[in-house]
Amino acid sequence: MVRNALKAFAVIGGLLAAMPTPARAAGEAIAIPRAGFSFDGIFGTYDRASAQRGFQVYKEVCSACHAMRLLSYRNLRELGLTEAQVAQIASQFTVMDGPNDEGQMFERPARPSDRFRRPFPNQQAARAANNGAYPVDLSVITKARAGGADYIHALLTGYQDPPDGVTMMEGMNYNRYFPGHQIAMAQPVYPDQVEFADGTPATLDQVARDVATFLAWAAEPELEERRAMGVKVIIFLTILGGLAYAVKRKIWADVH
Amino acid sequence: MAIGLHNSDFKNPVVRWIDQRMPIFTMMQKEYGTFPTPRNFNYFWNFGALAMVNLMIMIATGIFLAMHYTPHTSYAFDSVERIMRDVNFGWLIRYVHMNGASMFFIVVFIHIWRGMYYGSYKAPRELLWMLGVVIFLLMMATAFMGYVLPWGQMSFWGATVITNLFSAFPFVGEWIVSLLWGGFSVDNPTLNRFFSLHYLLPFVIVGVVFLHVVALHITGSNNPLGVEPKGPQDTLPFHPYYTAKDSFGLVIYFIVFAGFVFFAPNYLGHPDNYIPADPLVTPAHIVPEWYFLPFYAILRAVPDKLGGVLLMFGSIAVLFVLPWLDSSPVRSMRFRPIARVAFLLWTVCFFVLMYCGAKPAEEPYVTISRLATAYYFAYFLVILPLLGRLERPLPLPESIARAVLGGGGPLPAGAAAKPMEKA
Repeated sequence: MVRNALKAFAVIGGLLAAMPTPARAAGEAIAIPRAGFSFDGIFGTYDRASAQRGFQVYKEVCSACHAMRLLSYRNLRELGLTEAQVAQIASQFTVMDGPNDEGQMFERPARPSDRFRRPFPNQQAARAANNGAYPVDLSVITKARAGGADYIHALLTGYQDPPDGVTMMEGMNYNRYFPGHQIAMAQPVYPDQVEFADGTPATLDQVARDVATFLAWAAEPELEERRAMGVKVIIFLTILGGLAYAVKRKIWADVH
Repeated sequence: MAIGLHNSDFKNPVVRWIDQRMPIFTMMQKEYGTFPTPRNFNYFWNFGALAMVNLMIMIATGIFLAMHYTPHTSYAFDSVERIMRDVNFGWLIRYVHMNGASMFFIVVFIHIWRGMYYGSYKAPRELLWMLGVVIFLLMMATAFMGYVLPWGQMSFWGATVITNLFSAFPFVGEWIVSLLWGGFSVDNPTLNRFFSLHYLLPFVIVGVVFLHVVALHITGSNNPLGVEPKGPQDTLPFHPYYTAKDSFGLVIYFIVFAGFVFFAPNYLGHPDNYIPADPLVTPAHIVPEWYFLPFYAILRAVPDKLGGVLLMFGSIAVLFVLPWLDSSPVRSMRFRPIARVAFLLWTVCFFVLMYCGAKPAEEPYVTISRLATAYYFAYFLVILPLLGRLERPLPLPESIARAVLGGGGPLPAGAAAKPMEKA
């Protein structure tokens, strides 16, 4: 009976293994190197310091063009910032509110409950300011790209001069890891462009790593809770499965 | 006993009072307590019960998702992400629903495969089988429309590609397409009606599942030997034997399910569906969900649009007539040495098609798809009808009990029908 069970579930295993994921299948030929993040693997968690530095880079560099419309300033509490710090960060931004009692729209400093301020009012404005290219929203970017955070890290560190024989289109930049290699975004960060408060040297690799960590958290803020719950659920189910099998054996003992 | 009351065996006065007036307890006892079930099921016979549980999980999670989801092109994507971020345990409900669809297809594929391998579709279970194919079709329609709801890039472009297929039909094609779209392109009316139908169809599935179970309980289950039970020595009461066995299988299924939900929730999805739908930007490769890939490969294997559409629908439609294409009286492939190999090869072809469906439509995948498609249909239309005449099956066992127990098979002590209450 055990062998039969194993056989049946080997079939499931085989099915799963044979299943081509569309992500892999649609596959860009470019291999994305693994950057090695704190949240890799089954038990990984977000490196809070790295994510905070990543937010700093986003705030000082990326947010000039890229929106993160799904995030609110209050979400930063999850990165270990205090309520006062979050309120202070929010108050640096001005948002449009209203209409007030006179029917007028008005500007006020952002509150923690506000969404991240968007750099452009709409897609057309964003394209107009960026040579026709649209700086994508980064809220769920690591879920929206094959390779996830590794891809972000690779992209930020993958800028180089075009190899001999490659003709670049007008206004495009060469990137080793971008599909097709021609990307409209110019290299966004350079080494030592930002200064980290905690004294971490702002090498290109470090900055890319921190931004990728921040964006991974932004895309999957539930990841740690999810994995922690998953461990408990699987342990519970394993014990329950053992009991269920013992019950089954006992009940079937007299008919075999 | 008063006239007009059902003659109930139940002792508990409350249960008895209800049962006399509406004998649902007697019915449950008959259909799920003492129901005589072949004693030789292997674990493949878990998958019907698993599919039932999966359907209930999908409906339960779906109802909660619908409380927070907004079926509008401007809000659908963000409302799904809001569920993920701001609804209590919203991420759990959504990932269970999303991976539940994949689990449903895994379970149902295995369930159908089991029916094909052990000849469960043959007389007297033809109608049972056909109802199963109806459920499968409804599931595919429901899953397709559900995938459109998050309004990501693959939602939009998948919907565009699949609904456009109907335009291949002469005369009525354009009319069907505008009916599906509710306009002249995939847009807000499409999303609205897909949401409405996605909420409706699962309950239609429940109805057909009920009929599927009714039909099953008339003919009784097939079994790995494919030999009908000849008496009480060949069967066991469903409870506690198969309730216990199904419970164990159910826990294993939950472990696989939990593995996906908690540790790889997006593994079976496509990253492009986390990009909001944009009618002006076509993704590099439009691929359907993994469970549609074999049929997608059949569609693309044919150079003609109408031909491809007909063949794709035909690949499911052929299942309806499978009971009459397979003329061999022997059910289980265990006793059909040639058909067994032919069917395992068909299974390989199914996976090959699944693989090719995920690849771009270029060589060598097109040729491989064509060969696999040819074999897919040849198995049903040529090999099975021929083998019914030509194949010499192995000798069948005299009875289930003899095959399982080696002897005449005395009635086991625990096998006597016992009421559910005492067990």
